[in-house]
Amino acid sequence: MSIALIIEQLLNGLQLGVMLFLIAAGLTLIFGVMGLINLAHGSLYMIGAFACAAVAAATGSFWLGLAASLAAAAAAGALMEMAIIRRLYERDHLDQVLATFALILILSEGTRWMFGSFPLYLDIPPLLQGAVPLPGGGQYQLYRLAIIGVGIVVAVGLYLLISRTRLGMRIRAGESDREMIAALGVDIRTLYTVVFALGAALAGLAGALVGALQSVQVGMGEPALILAFVVIVIGGIGSIKGALVGAILVGVVDTMGRFLLPKLLALTMPASQANLVGAALASMLIYILMALILALRPRGLFAGQA
Amino acid sequence: MMALSRGTLVSALLLVLLVAIPVAATMAGEPFYVTLATRIAILALAAVGLNIALGLGGLVSFGHAAFFGLGGYVAGIFATHAFNGEPLPFGLTATTSMPVIWLSAMALCGLVALPIGAISLRTSGVYFIMITLAFAQMIYYFAVSWPSYGGEDGLSIYVRNGFPGLNTAQPLPYFLLCLGVLAAGLVLFQLIKGSRFGTALEASRQNPTRLAAVGIAPFAIRLVAFAVSAMVTGLAGALFADLNRFVSPSMLSWHMSGELIVLIILGGKGRLFGPLAGAMVYVLFEYALGGITERWQFFLGLILLGVVLFARGGLLGLLAGKARHG
Repeated sequence: MSIALIIEQLLNGLQLGVMLFLIAAGLTLIFGVMGLINLAHGSLYMIGAFACAAVAAATGSFWLGLAASLAAAAAAGALMEMAIIRRLYERDHLDQVLATFALILILSEGTRWMFGSFPLYLDIPPLLQGAVPLPGGGQYQLYRLAIIGVGIVVAVGLYLLISRTRLGMRIRAGESDREMIAALGVDIRTLYTVVFALGAALAGLAGALVGALQSVQVGMGEPALILAFVVIVIGGIGSIKGALVGAILVGVVDTMGRFLLPKLLALTMPASQANLVGAALASMLIYILMALILALRPRGLFAGQA
Repeated sequence: MMALSRGTLVSALLLVLLVAIPVAATMAGEPFYVTLATRIAILALAAVGLNIALGLGGLVSFGHAAFFGLGGYVAGIFATHAFNGEPLPFGLTATTSMPVIWLSAMALCGLVALPIGAISLRTSGVYFIMITLAFAQMIYYFAVSWPSYGGEDGLSIYVRNGFPGLNTAQPLPYFLLCLGVLAAGLVLFQLIKGSRFGTALEASRQNPTRLAAVGIAPFAIRLVAFAVSAMVTGLAGALFADLNRFVSPSMLSWHMSGELIVLIILGGKGRLFGPLAGAMVYVLFEYALGGITERWQFFLGLILLGVVLFARGGLLGLLAGKARHG
């Protein structure tokens, strides 16, 4: 087990964490500002991936596809908010769970209707093909490094947006007292639509970026959604900082668990059995982590006031 | 008031339909409809279980598929071991007798529900929804990655487990058996609802602070309700595995948890017959839409959305008026 291999796995964990952050940031923002639990967030991720794959296939340009994924997911999010989600803010969480569960059924089946059941494939753009050398030997895919870079840029951008701009000020105000900012003359309905579309665009971006690593298919949103929920629950629902920490934690723990657990167990038991137990344990690891954190801190690591 | 209210009438009608259709179908030589009705009865039972936690206690568990699936795996594992003549762990003897399997499934689900509930109930609201989901996912991934019992492919039950004095391989006797268990589940629900415990449970949903002020700890009440709820859902899981003669991780998946919630909301939460009404409508829609178009999930989603947005008391709420409890 060389140093390079460990670095590679750590980077893989970081890359997974960054993807989860892009999805979880929108989810946690939507919960923090509107108090809405949105199961259909994974579908927005899927829409982003499909838009990117379709446009890239038609035009031959990954970058146009990337732009299309942002536009399509934001538009789908805004439409969804105005037509349906808006009616759910005053309802309890149960109604929200159910309505957005129904939206998953509609969006998944609708996508299958449009694109068929076969997965689409998306190529890594020529600019980002290739690998970079790692310290200690070995190489790492440039595209995955680029994803990590995008994640860092988005995290910094979101931080600046929320802490430094007028829109961010309104978002923060909406989080702490929605009646008051409405009374102060802020158009809260538009604000909500904007926040929802922003979260949707981030999810769509994540979908497009992952689309080049995996296949693009219906149902890809659901595992991503559940991981994103784990992330925001660990981080504290409503907290962007919590989403970032939670996402990196989940990404690294999951990846390193799958890599290290079988090897660690092999020290105490036969290799075949260690692989078996290790794989089973590793797939449960982040849920165990989440249960532990919630048992100790029921509102997550960085609990907001939500 | 209770004598002939619309609610009672609608509920009675539901029961008569559920019994009459399979009997008629058997006489007409259409066993498929008997299987459909059995599916309704079992899913209704699973939802009755969840309704104890969700309807009465306001505990929105998004992880009840865990218990449904565990119950199913108990049936599957007993059957496999008995088929191969292998002993079970902990010195248990494998058997194909349903009463033993049911008790084991309920005991296992109760035992698993206690620690899950104890941790989950420290949280509330959306955190409770998410942590129950996480526990269910934990068990789901365990089942997927553990190859001894089929892993992702699931486990087949070659011969349906038996019940003393009944030929369970025939559709109609098995339906009647499931119907009997459903009836017992409904009676249990009504007993709980009418008991001091049930009153305390509903109070813990409406105002936990006040409940604590009169000297009843909401935590203990909720934990017991969660465990009982898990046991009933687990029993339904054992029946479901025997119905399909197959159990797979899909019984543990979060989609299943969502479906169970859907059944309750569709019928009307907290109502005795809500889960049955929900299960009937859901399964019949699935069947009817599935016959018309392979895109049935699309339309099912539209219908669900309509129910959530416009029919807030569920279908029984529409048909029978508003529920009498808060």
